[in-house]
Amino acid sequence: MSQTAATEAPPAGALPAHDDVRDDAREGTGGTDAAPAARPVRKPRLFARNAVSFVVLWALMIAVPFVAPNFYVVSLVNLFLIYVILIASLNLVIGFCGQISLGHAGFFGLGAYASGILSAKFGLTPWLGLPAAALAGGLGAFVIGLPALRLHGHYLAMATLGFNAILVVLFNELIPLTGGPNGLLGIEPFALGPIALDTDETVFWLVWIVSLVVMIAIANLVDSRMGRSLRAIGGSERGAASLGIDTYRTKLATFAIAGAMAGIAGSLYAHVNLYVSPETFSVFPSIMLLVMVALGGTGRLWGPIFGAAVFIAVPQVLLDFADLELLLFGLAMLIVLIGFPAGIAGLADGWRRWLK
Amino acid sequence: MDGTNTLVQLVIAGLSIGSIYALIALGFNIVFKCTGAMNFAQGEWVMMGGMVTAALFGVFSSVGLAVVTATVLIGAIGLVSERITIWPVRRPDPMTLTLVTVGLAIVSRSLVMIFLGKMPAGYSGFSGTDVISIEGVTVQTQSLWIIAITLLFLVLMHFFFERTVLGKALRAVSADPQAASLVGIPSSQMLMLAFGLAALAGGIAGAIVTPLTLMTYDQGATLGFKGFSAAMLGGIGNLPGAVVGGLLLGLIETFGSFYISSHFKDAISFAVLLLILFMRPAGLFGRVEVVKA
Repeated sequence: MSQTAATEAPPAGALPAHDDVRDDAREGTGGTDAAPAARPVRKPRLFARNAVSFVVLWALMIAVPFVAPNFYVVSLVNLFLIYVILIASLNLVIGFCGQISLGHAGFFGLGAYASGILSAKFGLTPWLGLPAAALAGGLGAFVIGLPALRLHGHYLAMATLGFNAILVVLFNELIPLTGGPNGLLGIEPFALGPIALDTDETVFWLVWIVSLVVMIAIANLVDSRMGRSLRAIGGSERGAASLGIDTYRTKLATFAIAGAMAGIAGSLYAHVNLYVSPETFSVFPSIMLLVMVALGGTGRLWGPIFGAAVFIAVPQVLLDFADLELLLFGLAMLIVLIGFPAGIAGLADGWRRWLK
Repeated sequence: MDGTNTLVQLVIAGLSIGSIYALIALGFNIVFKCTGAMNFAQGEWVMMGGMVTAALFGVFSSVGLAVVTATVLIGAIGLVSERITIWPVRRPDPMTLTLVTVGLAIVSRSLVMIFLGKMPAGYSGFSGTDVISIEGVTVQTQSLWIIAITLLFLVLMHFFFERTVLGKALRAVSADPQAASLVGIPSSQMLMLAFGLAALAGGIAGAIVTPLTLMTYDQGATLGFKGFSAAMLGGIGNLPGAVVGGLLLGLIETFGSFYISSHFKDAISFAVLLLILFMRPAGLFGRVEVVKA
């Protein structure tokens, strides 16, 4: 954020200089589009504006434990914040960097199991589990990204999907460590000295602060030198390469950072839920995360918040419909995808512009 | 048991499950070539093929009639699905279409769950549930049926794509939709046809595999992923590659689960897939496309 536009600004051709970061990653990947007309590159104020609005939104959420009618609502908000981290980190890879990952739930799982196993089997405190989970998620993403990020498009999607599928088999079959299909029991909650954060209301504060930090970190990253590089890759990988950006290293770094964030989400999930089982981290949740990135608005900083809200709230609303739940969810998804391809954040943008 | 016999049995089992993967991969590739999208509904059509055949078998009590009716029905569902979900998309880029197929898959799966229930469905094989023994090699007759029907279907598809006007028109659209429109081929209807054919391939795969494995409403995704793997293995969009990829995947899976561990069967086949992708980034038969930026 502190860099000046003069020294740091990439040439305008590679980076559509919108007033908001909403360059749709895929539109550029076809590679044929002419460079957008060079607008004057402004000094990016993106980070400041988004960080402030994130802080405001999170500040409003302080009220949650006090006004929520019951602990169940708080537990849903906790889950929502965890999925915000997860979807926002995937948005970093897909929306900003233009790389399709279908393995994000796998990195989520790596974090959850790393932290969960350290706690349940080795009695380690979750405060060590959290960084360990970030390391596990980041390392997992790095290791698979090393060969996979040389692939493009569907092959990258397939490679990440395959990696996720392998992880699921491991979660299921390494029974002495993971508990297998029955799940991992005996995970300890976070504790502040003698006070265990074992209720939804107490652990809320941890989830709240971690998710805020992650969101600000993402806003900051996107607005940094590396962020501009990775957005340029999202616009056109060849264009970015021709400007001297080391696309492979940037992609790998983005992928690892997103993996680490997913790992953090995993650790929170494990110690909030106190139980993890393989199906939360399988390939289908990975696909749903991708869908939520799109529903929220691909490549928009606010998108994941909408995406996570849909992901958590809609099934709750539909709970009464029992067997019809899945059908209604699918239909709603189809309507949004067909009718509003820019996602909810895009829709909100459209309204804002219309109102002006 | 004699070593050679075991080997022959494993090869037959591998080829039969591989045939199923090949059919799924074929359907996946047909849609991919026309839209550039990964069709996540492909696996659901396979599941539907099995579930609907089982339901119809209860009505007709004739396996042949049930299989044919179900397959045609699934093909029709493919046509209708395209018109309802793909056709209205305002910005039909591959990514949006891919996500729309995820929605389509969820809707298809839940409809099957609502109408056909959550219980596993199955029916006896085409010649009972028999196994036959030839010179000490024991095979399930259904495996042979699967291989034979897949072979027949592939020959028919080859004929369709190479010899019929409709098939050639479809290939033209997949090669270049704009150029195809210019010579008077209705691209939009060809896209519908592509979905119909893909559903047909999926439906038939589901119908013939169900006697061996049973089918439940939630198995579509797994089958679909295997089909994708097979398509990737052979090189995405490459129709003969899909067949080789499918058979190869079936063999890897069967041998892997016999000689290494059946628990890690899926991990083994995906690991092999990843290795192949890393060594040949466009699949075994895929050519690296030169894209002008």
